[in-house]
Amino acid sequence: MPILIRRYGIWAAAMVLCGVLPLIFKSSFSISLLSQMGIAIIFALSYNMLLGHGGMLSFGHAVYLGLGGFLAMHALNRIGGGTLPLPLELLPLVGGMAGVLAGAVFGWLSTDRAGTTFALISLGIGELIAASALMLPSFFGGEEGIAGNRMVKMTLTGFKFGKSIEVYYLIACWMLISVALMYLLTKTPLGRVANAVRDNPERAAFIGYNPRSVRTIQFTLAAFFAGLAGGLFAINYEIITAETVGANPSGSVLMMTYIGGVGHFFGPILGAVLVTFMQQSLAGITHAWLLYFGLLFVIMVLWAPNGLAGLIMIHEPVWKAGLLKRLLPAYLAILVPTLVMFTGVMILVEINYHLSLSINPDEPLTLFGIAFNAKSPIAWALAIVLIAVGFYFFRRMGRWVNQSWNEVTQLMKGDR
Amino acid sequence: MLEYLIFSILNTLVLGMLLFMLSSGLTLIFSMMGVLNFAHASFYMLGAYFGYQISTVIGFWPALVIAPLLVGVLGAFVERYGLRTVHKYGHVAELLFTVGLAFIIEECVNLIWGRNAVTYPVPQSLDFPLFTLFSTEFSAYRMFMLLISVGIFVVLYLVLTRTRIGLIIQAALTHPQGVSALGHNVPMVFMLVFGGGSALAGIAGVIGGIFLITEPAMAATLGPIVFVVIVVGGMGSLTGAFVASLLLAAIQTFAVGLEYSITDILAMVGIHWDLGGVLGDLERIQLSHTGPILPYLFMVLMLMFRPKGLMGKRES
Repeated sequence: MPILIRRYGIWAAAMVLCGVLPLIFKSSFSISLLSQMGIAIIFALSYNMLLGHGGMLSFGHAVYLGLGGFLAMHALNRIGGGTLPLPLELLPLVGGMAGVLAGAVFGWLSTDRAGTTFALISLGIGELIAASALMLPSFFGGEEGIAGNRMVKMTLTGFKFGKSIEVYYLIACWMLISVALMYLLTKTPLGRVANAVRDNPERAAFIGYNPRSVRTIQFTLAAFFAGLAGGLFAINYEIITAETVGANPSGSVLMMTYIGGVGHFFGPILGAVLVTFMQQSLAGITHAWLLYFGLLFVIMVLWAPNGLAGLIMIHEPVWKAGLLKRLLPAYLAILVPTLVMFTGVMILVEINYHLSLSINPDEPLTLFGIAFNAKSPIAWALAIVLIAVGFYFFRRMGRWVNQSWNEVTQLMKGDR
Repeated sequence: MLEYLIFSILNTLVLGMLLFMLSSGLTLIFSMMGVLNFAHASFYMLGAYFGYQISTVIGFWPALVIAPLLVGVLGAFVERYGLRTVHKYGHVAELLFTVGLAFIIEECVNLIWGRNAVTYPVPQSLDFPLFTLFSTEFSAYRMFMLLISVGIFVVLYLVLTRTRIGLIIQAALTHPQGVSALGHNVPMVFMLVFGGGSALAGIAGVIGGIFLITEPAMAATLGPIVFVVIVVGGMGSLTGAFVASLLLAAIQTFAVGLEYSITDILAMVGIHWDLGGVLGDLERIQLSHTGPILPYLFMVLMLMFRPKGLMGKRES
């Protein structure tokens, strides 16, 4: 029994969590947020099949999401019109198939080399598809995109999919299935060989695996899951536009995967949840959310290249050794100057956005419930002082954190 | 027809030399450090905005000098405190750092100058038609752009081939360890090249911002085109970048004037063939509208069949 819990417990917990979450967060905003998170999780994990498991840095992964979405949308309209006998629950598979087709073709064309060449080819293909999307209006629907209606008669489960909660459960099911499949894939010989090709293509070739074929298969499978996410996207939003295949979603999936952490399987899940949450909650509050997102990304690249998952996992041995409480004081101490510094940055950013974007810059700006004139020098001075003070103490507390880390590592070495 | 030809050639030269100013810095940075700098076009954008801001205060001519210097210093800082920090995590991290930087620069431009294009007019001293040929005017500003970029091309060539630092840069392109073993400060050279490349992008921004448009999306529109230039020309090859810049500019300039689609061409030889669906769309695309996709098609084909590029010596 304990073995069963250890092996399957996390999956059971995930299923329960997916089932219970919409019962706790009932508002329509949170349900749509959860649905978007589900789609983002599939998309980010499929991206990590390329970057994390296959060593392929792609700048055009949204192509497969978008093509999957468009094909699924066309299929949805056929189902609605009665010319395609397919239950709505299986519609994402249509998207997946579109992903497989496109992925097999473009994958074969672009995977001869990894590294910069691959990155540039993916960028080129992404730009090509994005540019042609506007030129081929009969498939991509031009500027307006293509709309559909998910309330069709053909369903397996009898749900009407009129309510967003029903769509959420459909997305959650597909999400759990895809996550499980992608996880199992890392355990198959293909998954292992893909890692080998990522680490050393020459050696992999010497033991008889053609790196290009391995990359192509990995790429095609990743495109399948991206297309599946696209199918869910079509069902969720009931509209899909040419922007979906463009550079922006390709960039944001790269960023969310990297912020989550490419080195661990669960990293992209964290990234997808966090970034989708930021996207939905911050975008409503501030115009500057993209700036905060970019800053977060650069900070992660500079100081935490293994992402959130990496940050969590380096604490695992510390936790096991029971030494986490020795780190906590230093962590709490560094949190204060970080928040002070961030508050300063935030005030500066918001003042500037207020000055450059609002119709009347003389109108008072409200931050933290305090209304003030954005042109007042006091606010500027306060922001700069906060940043400076925060930075000074951040450096000092940073030293303390380092010291605590060294002590803990010493203690752990002593234990062995 | 002759008029169209002459002016297309002149415009090709103007646009091509502008592209070369951008791509020369990028290709040097790439071949020296192996970093594909996604923020290069952002430095171009910063150059345009700095140029705009300075020229509204003290005029265009000082801006032409000060703005690129500022951008160059900023570039050197980015290399010293950003790229060098992530260098130990490998090329992917370096590349992603520049991606993030491009993102932040775009948002900062939004933050400071707003989301709409700014009015960055041609300086008054250059705002007159230089000559009129077959009733089409060629503005003095375009000629000025051409002269500046040719001047920079010559200076760059002389610096790289005739000066000591140029020789060290050339040596460090291929054998950084060897150069460092001879006692040269290679990280310092890297910083200089990065700063210099950024400054070149800055000049391109100051004069190109007037010629094209100065808006927050300008980096995202021009950035991929510059990649196409260095890929087609061959990474690390300045001559290649020069040829490819002119080639791409020619494609863009000439395609704009050709309003033919496959349907039209078929109709000319007497075939009327009307396909439905996507094929019908394909058939009706006018050549003038293929301008945005041709460069990428070119790049993808080049990378697949000749990754060295036109003039490159080695693969990336």
